Amino acid sequence: MEACNCIEPQWPADELLMKYQYISDFFIALAYFSIPLELIYFVKKSAVFPYRWVLVQFGAFIVLCGATHLINLWTFSMHSRTVAIVMTTAKVLTAVVSCATALMLVHIIPDLLSVKTRELFLKNKAAELDREMGLIRTQEETGRHVRMLTHEIRSTLDRHTILKTTLVELGRTLALEECALWMPTRTGLELQLSYTLRQQNPVGYTVPIHLPVINQVFSSNRALKISPNSPVARMRPLAGKHMPGEVVAVRVPLLHLSNFQINDWPELSTKRYALMVLMLPSDSARQWHVHELELVEVVADQVAVALSHAAILEESMRARDLLMEQNIALDLARREAETAIRARNDFLAVMNHEMRTPMHAIIALSSLLQETELTPEQRLMVETILKSSHLLATLINDVLDLSRLEDGSLQLEIATFNLHSVFREVHNLIKPVASVKKLSVSLNLAADLPVQAIGDEKRLMQIVLNVVGNAVKFSKEGSISITAFVAKSESLRDFRAPEFFPVQSDNHFYLRVQVKDSGSGINPQDIPKLFTKFAQTQSIATRNSGGSGLGLAICKRFVNLMEGHIWIESEGPGKGCTAIFIVKLGFAERSNESKLPFVTKVQANHVQTNFPGLKVLVMDDNGVSRSVTKGLLGHLGCDVTTVSSIDEFLHVISQEHKVVFMDVCMPGIDGYELAVRIHEKFTKRHERPVLVALTGNIDKMTKENCMRVGMDGVILKPVSVDKMRSVLSELLEHRVLFEAM
Amino acid sequence: MEVGQMQRQWVDYTKSLFLEGFLDGQFLQLQQLQDESNPDFVVEVVSLFFEDSEKLLNDLTRALEQPSVDFKRVDAHVHQFKGSSSSIGAQRVKNACIAFRNFCEEQNTEGCIRCVQQVKQEYYLVKNKLETLFAMEQQIVAAGGSIPILELSF
Repeated sequence: MEACNCIEPQWPADELLMKYQYISDFFIALAYFSIPLELIYFVKKSAVFPYRWVLVQFGAFIVLCGATHLINLWTFSMHSRTVAIVMTTAKVLTAVVSCATALMLVHIIPDLLSVKTRELFLKNKAAELDREMGLIRTQEETGRHVRMLTHEIRSTLDRHTILKTTLVELGRTLALEECALWMPTRTGLELQLSYTLRQQNPVGYTVPIHLPVINQVFSSNRALKISPNSPVARMRPLAGKHMPGEVVAVRVPLLHLSNFQINDWPELSTKRYALMVLMLPSDSARQWHVHELELVEVVADQVAVALSHAAILEESMRARDLLMEQNIALDLARREAETAIRARNDFLAVMNHEMRTPMHAIIALSSLLQETELTPEQRLMVETILKSSHLLATLINDVLDLSRLEDGSLQLEIATFNLHSVFREVHNLIKPVASVKKLSVSLNLAADLPVQAIGDEKRLMQIVLNVVGNAVKFSKEGSISITAFVAKSESLRDFRAPEFFPVQSDNHFYLRVQVKDSGSGINPQDIPKLFTKFAQTQSIATRNSGGSGLGLAICKRFVNLMEGHIWIESEGPGKGCTAIFIVKLGFAERSNESKLPFVTKVQANHVQTNFPGLKVLVMDDNGVSRSVTKGLLGHLGCDVTTVSSIDEFLHVISQEHKVVFMDVCMPGIDGYELAVRIHEKFTKRHERPVLVALTGNIDKMTKENCMRVGMDGVILKPVSVDKMRSVLSELLEHRVLFEAM
Repeated sequence: MEVGQMQRQWVDYTKSLFLEGFLDGQFLQLQQLQDESNPDFVVEVVSLFFEDSEKLLNDLTRALEQPSVDFKRVDAHVHQFKGSSSSIGAQRVKNACIAFRNFCEEQNTEGCIRCVQQVKQEYYLVKNKLETLFAMEQQIVAAGGSIPILELSF
């Protein structure tokens, strides 16, 4: 635009040109004025526009330009000086502003451009996020599907249902055409088509397990795409033109119970896999997506776990059934056993009586026979019969005892008895046998061994007799020593009897008896067998001996009943052996044999005459003793005759005298020889009176001599009334009495 | 003295005899044998004992006075004496006899002589005691009482 400072027109005004210029200027001004208005309007509309002041600047520039052009309108005609000034001002201002704006734009435009770049960047980011969102959504869908599938699978413990459900759900989720499961056969060499989705009853297709494609699938835990032409994928007949869909196969580990170790997680070291094959619909041009493959893998794992659970359950059900069966069988067996025991007991009870009756008859009659007149051969025969029947009776008793012991129906007969006398009796009983074999038997009773004890005397004697008898039986020469003492707590805990825990108490003591012999000895390995029934160690020495082998077994049981322990020690064959047993006995009341006088509640005249009219002969050279003994016996109601010499004795003695008391320590009179002569005189046992030696001597020699000459008893002087009474009853009952020392 | 007191005296005296060891349980046995059929049993037996003992002691003394002592005979006598004394319950006499017999076995004359003295001494002691006892009993019976039944518990 030209700034025209002319006051007058220089050339003749071209009216048209003028008009056009006029109009153009007008429109330009209009435009120039409207642009800022538009800008303001739109900026106001938009919330964010950082460069407001730029806008103002620009607006100012445009307004001024517009103003300039507007003012230009007046310059076409004659205009006054004011207009010119205004025009000039406007132009100057416009110039200033436009220059400023131009300068400003240099700064602004790069910024504006970078805004654009940022916008692009953000758009890209948004697109990316969209994509990822899509992905997550897909995964979440997959997860949902898996959960649903798992839920379906796990909701049943039946193996078939699990597999069927898997296939069905997979087929539905993934919209499969076909889904199949190949299981390994029992031999493990082939895969058999077990379950399919579409086909109801899969015909038994089998495929060898060592195909390369199968190996490939088995060696990876991912779902792998396989060719639709592979044998495992060719399940349906191809319908010609159809393009088969993609096939994927995945392995399903078949976990076995044994895979679950206590401290191990199940290793997938099991070689047994099943194969799951999934086929997309043909002609669908669908492809296996990654998330679908992942779904398949997860499902395969879940199926494996579910199957193993089902297997475990089956296993435990089977085990429980088995246990129930076994329980029933055991119950039955127990009832049968009980019946058998009852039958046996009944049998024994009957046999007990049945066997003993004839036995009794045999023994009784044989002994009676013995008393009659017999020739020596006959006597020998009768004695043999008697001995054999005694043996048989013992055997029967042993067997019956043993069965009662085993039952636990045997009970000890507890009473107070004289402990010392038990040992002495055994000693005396065994001495004749031992002396025949030239064995010496010695008996040592400890000083602190109580004289009286509470226990089962008969059984204790049986035990001691058995043990000592064995010692004698198995020794050909040498000596046998019997020791009895009270076991102190240290000796009770013998390392050889580790299961024996005796408990000390004030009312009981433990009697320990050791029988040592110098006989044939026993092999240490055989020792445990000794106590078993019917077992005998095989050796020449024992073969000739009798016995059923029950003795020690019975002893052991008696000892156990007495809360004790019995065992045998031997260093070996030929070195002898020692039998030791410990039994529990009760302390008895203090006996009558105290030094000081004791409470005698017996009133002087209040004694029973137990033996009315019993004819007794007393021989004693000591007048005082004689009269005392006579008084004693008279007090007990006996008919007493006293003599003081052998001649007198032999004169007076007759069959009527039932008991003879003779003092064997009479000087000048050999009481022993007298006894022998009595024996000769009265050959028949039932005629002979009971011979009892009265002596003030308490040594072994005396006792041995008495026994040797066949005395039935030895009593120590002085004798009390009670003692005499018990002595007489004992003698008359048993015909034997050896008093304890 | 009235009967009750005499009886009590008798009991105390008897007890003392036991406590001092002159008599032992055998004497009680003898007392038990005394009943209606045998009212003087104890006295009879004890008298017999006294007679026997006198004889025996004489024999013993003579036997030991011999230049060469026959220990077998001495032993036999002592044995007899022991038997008698134990039959009536004269405890101390019996113990003395037991000791005597040991010396006899050893054939120790000195010992034997000493023992004989011992035995004699014990014998006379117990004889004395017993005679006193019997006198007391007679007194009680004469006064109309009865001999108490001895219940000794130590």
